[in-house]
Amino acid sequence: MSVTWKDSITEIAGTKMHLSRAGSGKTVLVLHHDIGTLDRLPFYDSLAEQFDVLVPHHPGWGKSERPAWLRHPRDMAAMHTWLLADLGVEDVNLVGLGFGGWIAAEMISQSPRGYRRAALVGAMGIKPPEGDIFDQAIVSYLDYPQVGFHSRDEFHRVYGQVDTDQLEKWDICREMCFRTAWKPYMYSQTLPHLLGGVRTPALIIWGDDDQIVPISAGHAYTKALRNATMTTIAECGHFAEMERPAAVAKHVTDFINAA
Amino acid sequence: MHMMYFTEQPMSAYDAEEGLKFGATALTFSNSHYDSVAGSRLYNEYLEDYLLAEEAGADGIMLNEHHNAPFCMQAKTNIFAAILAAMTNRVKIVILGNPLPLCDNPIRMAEELAMIDMISKGRLVPGFVRGGGQEQLASGVNPAFNRERFIEAHELIQKIWTQPGPFRFEGTHYQHRVVNPWALPLQKPYPRVWVPGVLSKETIIWTAQQRYPYIALNTAIDHTKEIFKLYSQTAAECGYVAGPENFGYLIRVHVQDTEEKALANARQFMWMQGEFTGLAHPVWANPSGYFSPSGRRGFVEFATGRAKNPRGAMTFEEQLESTMIVAGTPKQVIEKLKYIVENTRPGIMGIWANDGSVSAVDRKRCIELLFKEVVPEVKEFGAKLGLKDPWEANAPVHLRYSTDLTTQKAAAE
Repeated sequence: MSVTWKDSITEIAGTKMHLSRAGSGKTVLVLHHDIGTLDRLPFYDSLAEQFDVLVPHHPGWGKSERPAWLRHPRDMAAMHTWLLADLGVEDVNLVGLGFGGWIAAEMISQSPRGYRRAALVGAMGIKPPEGDIFDQAIVSYLDYPQVGFHSRDEFHRVYGQVDTDQLEKWDICREMCFRTAWKPYMYSQTLPHLLGGVRTPALIIWGDDDQIVPISAGHAYTKALRNATMTTIAECGHFAEMERPAAVAKHVTDFINAA
Repeated sequence: MHMMYFTEQPMSAYDAEEGLKFGATALTFSNSHYDSVAGSRLYNEYLEDYLLAEEAGADGIMLNEHHNAPFCMQAKTNIFAAILAAMTNRVKIVILGNPLPLCDNPIRMAEELAMIDMISKGRLVPGFVRGGGQEQLASGVNPAFNRERFIEAHELIQKIWTQPGPFRFEGTHYQHRVVNPWALPLQKPYPRVWVPGVLSKETIIWTAQQRYPYIALNTAIDHTKEIFKLYSQTAAECGYVAGPENFGYLIRVHVQDTEEKALANARQFMWMQGEFTGLAHPVWANPSGYFSPSGRRGFVEFATGRAKNPRGAMTFEEQLESTMIVAGTPKQVIEKLKYIVENTRPGIMGIWANDGSVSAVDRKRCIELLFKEVVPEVKEFGAKLGLKDPWEANAPVHLRYSTDLTTQKAAAE
């Protein structure tokens, strides 16, 4: 089944935000990784076969403008919430990928009954009880995404021979990570305390070889949320939806379709 | 001309093989290789060298700071500045510079500098820098806001030194509700601020807009001329004419009684495998957001091994040829320095004289020959060319104190 994507620009908080949208049915907001996102991914297509899928670029990432004042993923959570309000969508399901998982967690913590379901995949945002979130600042633009794949072959299948344009995009993504999540690096000290009130059912998905966010953070999310279950994907790194698109899509689709 | 002595204060007593084995001699190169006994000895030896430089006739001692690396032992430049304030009598104490963005409390910085200025009886030149990329990582400071923090910290320090407290400062990166430090500089309106740099056009333009002297750090002659040209253009836009008092030039010079010995010791300028700051991953020197967006494309290519270092990687011989390193007997060095001075016309010169593991005896001999034999001749030559330093030219400390502006536009901004 072919999926037709439409791109649009919406102004949120004085910032032109890029949005790709496809499919119909239940609304699913997908929040991308710290390294941005390719325009199209098999994972997005799989979701769009069943759902109304929204893939915005975070403010400052990809084709969305950079708000100079932006300082924290919580700001981005507010902007994405604003975007949903402007789009007039209800009963939204969230899929947060890595860094986007942090933003999704902020969204559900601020609106404990506001979302239908939330899937967090290798989510950043809370301090792993064991291990540390991998510091991209001390490795190259090419090495960091590769660390996030269990298999180098899978990285090349997704990104091919990485050109300089892509390297520049990753540098801009990294700059935005620094502008919004420099210290503490890639987590919030307050978020874990705010997750307990969330009524939204959550699915915590983790690659079993996630070298970027230790799996202990996944267990911590599962414990902090009152209605969460966790599943792992074998031979899979941090960028799970790119490395194992079919497996992640099945987990997410089944979860959203349940109940 | 103002001619000052500089050394990086190399931590030469570490096992270079360990650095090569690890593949880096900066940031993450383990401090388990640090020898505090040798560190104690070297700090005291370098202090002796500074005292000798004053005795031999240097106009100033230039200081700096770096972190997590053997190429420079000074982790806090204000400490050596404070020591020199008490132990020297005549030389200017030139800090090039304090990395302002690393500072979370600019009030404390203003206090420390005011104390040094008073203890030294008004001999402080408190230069400011953005700090290298690695310094941000070593200090946990956000590189993406480096320039904003630099400008804002400077604004606060300048305000502390020129407006009576108490006042409140509500900036983007610094917020202080009671600003009223009970220590102010002796020099009025405030000590002369100099700004050193290598690459960044934005810094050159900002420095010219302040009318602070810009010190080019060991750039090639052609590049140095380009820097001064950009500074002069900006100065013209601000309504003043830039002269030698606005320009400084740091170069590496080593003098000995014989050319052979001078050349052998000058090779120590390459001791960090040709990189000033040691072997390091490119992204450490240029973390995302630290550098100008216009340089982004070139740097990502370099950082992934697809392009050559935009700063270049010249051999020792090439650097000798291009006069980026000068070495020889006093007579030989005088001739080369005259050539450099004539071609770049700085009012301020930093002489980076000793590096690596040059022996204490040779360091001292170099300092004596430099400031007793070489520098007097170069200064005399510079005087004939009309090269005045900021004091000789009675230059305003900042643009706002100018009385010669042809346009008030920039000053009013």
